[in-house]
Amino acid sequence: MGSIENLVTQIQGLSGSIDDIAHLHNILKVADESLHAEPSALSSVLDQVDPAKHSLGYLYFLEAFTSGPVSKEQALTLIPILARFINCCDAQQIRFAPDKFVSVCKRFKDHVLLIESPLRGVSPMRAAVRKLQTTSEHLTTLHPDFLLLCLLSKSYNIGLSVLEDDIFDVDQPRDLFLYCYYGGMICIGQKRFRKALELLHNVVTAPMNTINAIAVEAYKKYILVSLIHYGQFSTSLPKYASSAAQRNLKNFCQPYIELATTYSSGKIAEFKIYVDTNREKYDNDKNLGLVKQVVSSMYKHNIQRLTQTYLTLSLQDIANTVQLGSPKEAEMHVLQMIQDGEIFATINQKDGMVRFLEDPEQYKTCQMIEHIDSSIQRIMTLSRKLNAMDELMSYDPLYLSKVLFTQVGRERQRFDFDDFDTVPQKFPI
Amino acid sequence: MEPEDEIYENGGGEQPPPRSKPIISGEQLDVETYASLYRDRTKVARLLFIADRCDNGAMPLEALRMEALRMAYDEIKKGENTQLFREVVNKIGGMLGDKYEMDAAWCETVDRRAEQKKEKLENELNSYRTNLIKESIRMGYNDFGDFHYAHGALGDAFKSYVRTRDYCTTSKHIISMCMNAILVSIEMGQFTHVTSYVSKAEQSPDALDPITVAKLRCAAGLAHLETKKYKLAARKFLETGPELGSHYNEVIAAQDVATYGGLCALASFDRTELKNKVIDNLNFRNFLELVPEVRELINDFYSSHYASCLEYLGNLKPNLLLDIHLHDHVETLYDQIRHKALIQYTHPFVSVDLRMMANAFKTSVAGLEKELEALITDNQIQARIDSHNKILYARHADQRNATFQRVLQTGSEFDRDVRSMLLRANLIKYDHNLRASRKL
Repeated sequence: MGSIENLVTQIQGLSGSIDDIAHLHNILKVADESLHAEPSALSSVLDQVDPAKHSLGYLYFLEAFTSGPVSKEQALTLIPILARFINCCDAQQIRFAPDKFVSVCKRFKDHVLLIESPLRGVSPMRAAVRKLQTTSEHLTTLHPDFLLLCLLSKSYNIGLSVLEDDIFDVDQPRDLFLYCYYGGMICIGQKRFRKALELLHNVVTAPMNTINAIAVEAYKKYILVSLIHYGQFSTSLPKYASSAAQRNLKNFCQPYIELATTYSSGKIAEFKIYVDTNREKYDNDKNLGLVKQVVSSMYKHNIQRLTQTYLTLSLQDIANTVQLGSPKEAEMHVLQMIQDGEIFATINQKDGMVRFLEDPEQYKTCQMIEHIDSSIQRIMTLSRKLNAMDELMSYDPLYLSKVLFTQVGRERQRFDFDDFDTVPQKFPI
Repeated sequence: MEPEDEIYENGGGEQPPPRSKPIISGEQLDVETYASLYRDRTKVARLLFIADRCDNGAMPLEALRMEALRMAYDEIKKGENTQLFREVVNKIGGMLGDKYEMDAAWCETVDRRAEQKKEKLENELNSYRTNLIKESIRMGYNDFGDFHYAHGALGDAFKSYVRTRDYCTTSKHIISMCMNAILVSIEMGQFTHVTSYVSKAEQSPDALDPITVAKLRCAAGLAHLETKKYKLAARKFLETGPELGSHYNEVIAAQDVATYGGLCALASFDRTELKNKVIDNLNFRNFLELVPEVRELINDFYSSHYASCLEYLGNLKPNLLLDIHLHDHVETLYDQIRHKALIQYTHPFVSVDLRMMANAFKTSVAGLEKELEALITDNQIQARIDSHNKILYARHADQRNATFQRVLQTGSEFDRDVRSMLLRANLIKYDHNLRASRKL
């Protein structure tokens, strides 16, 4: 008990400058064991320490306090405490002990899930993510947990705002897989299929030694989203995908690959039959909703193909070509597509004709110029980053030794001969 | 019945091909005059092929079939191939009367003679081999090859001919070896060999006489035709000189050169090439005179009289389906010619009335629309169809907009690819660091 009192005074004293905090950190590390020994005694102490100013100390106490299994009622009381801490803690201080912070936040997430109200956890987790990140390009272990909460509480917009950041630094590959997978699902929910494809593509082509379940699930969704967005799917993974992925992914996703081949044949009736026969499998993977979207996307792609060959076409002909039931259905589909901005057309109801127009975008407006300009800037920054990375790698001693190994070896040999042998060389090297 | 009258009119099979009457024409094939164009094995092979193709029981075709089988029987009896003889007798099945029955006695004598000849040849060859006289060994193998060829053992014939290669001294020998090998390979249907031996013969240091050159060109053309390289086939056939005449009748007739060359050229050449190499080609004109329908067809296509062109094609089709080399290419070639006609028709116009076009091509508007749709989707015609008014409008891509679109797309792809690449590089670095730290 006394040692804890001691600690409290030290925390209150040493929470000033950076050096103090580093010193405090060392003390706390030493005292960690004793803290864990008596978790229940810490509840009173927590009131004495201010989470905003003495974040590091509070963190240690909190971590020791929350270790161990917890029941629902306890979770209910703990959640506000944890939330308050996360919201007002000092980012600098907690960065001294990132794993403790991560475990606290994970416990927070577990409690929130235990009481089945993930929405309460969304905002604090976002704050936590922001505080733990060193730069906005840093992926922490908390990102996937945050996205999970967003998914479960269906607050996709908040998730999207975090997804907008580009990631370059990764703590743990497993975090990346989960992050991209959940991120893909959020984007699918918001119908941002291009970004979803990007994220899922990252999972599928990430370097991995053995195949993991996340990659398999991601690949299944990747196939479906690719069909919805592009209308086609190529089963060959790019060269940079890991060999484990290239060999094994297809074996686990057979029903989906067959779905893709049936889709490419273009016959809607056959496709629907295939979907119905395999309904259960898709349901088990919880992909049935996506599969239904694939079916409706087939009509869309067929109609889009028609815009390439026809200037005007009767609704009856559209219905026949695209294998819809009646001109009324065709009209509904075309209307929906015009509203979504997927095609440009006008419907003449008197004649039952649809007139396809060209894309009215003339690339002459100010917005377009600004868009092009910002894209150029963005790519220039990216390109600079790439150059910087390339330079960094060319200084790396390991790389240099591998590339120049043979040359250096030979140089050394010649060196020796010249140094120690004054007799002219008879044997060419 | 008309075909029978024509047969009696023209008489036996040894006369030179009658110039006045076209052989490959729109009318029903006249088997006897057709067969008179050829010699030896190809005559028999062609006749048998015609017989097989006509095997569906319709009356006029049945007569054709019997005629073909009868001529095949006569031709085989002149040779020494008992295997083929038995086949033909089976096919005739006794329907041509007593004269065309199984002649077992003849078979036996021929076989015995063959055995004796074979032994004799073998002994001679062995003696030459022990004497090591190159020229005699070569002649021995050559004779062996001829023997096998006459008896229908094509594989052995080919092997024997190829063996003479080691004993060839002059380029004349090499050329004769190549020609023999080519002949056998064409019979066997192995056209890769044909191409290699043709190039071997053409590389000979001595100048070849024009007849051999023409023969080689024909062989090369046939090889390309079989491997579906229609443009190359057309070029080879068009380069064949008129000296060919009837010298290569054991493989191909002059009429065939004209037909194959004309059709392949029409299907694969563009307008300038068609004009330069076919219409203005004086050499080839001699060949085209032999098949005036093909000549008319090409001229019609060039002068955009599509209806009559397609009509000629339609007339020629049944006879071409009976041709041993062309039959499985007829459909493809016809499709290609039709597509070219459609594309050429729409090319100079900004807008085309589909009804007039359907008239010109003698099809219905709906059918025409379907064909045009397929061509537009394939990007062979740049146009759009106004289905309401039935007009085809030419559509020229707006370069400026297209460029902007492409630029933006390339930019975003680059963006996406570089970002994922940097991410992957980081992952690999992390993995590598992990392994390095573990090793330490």
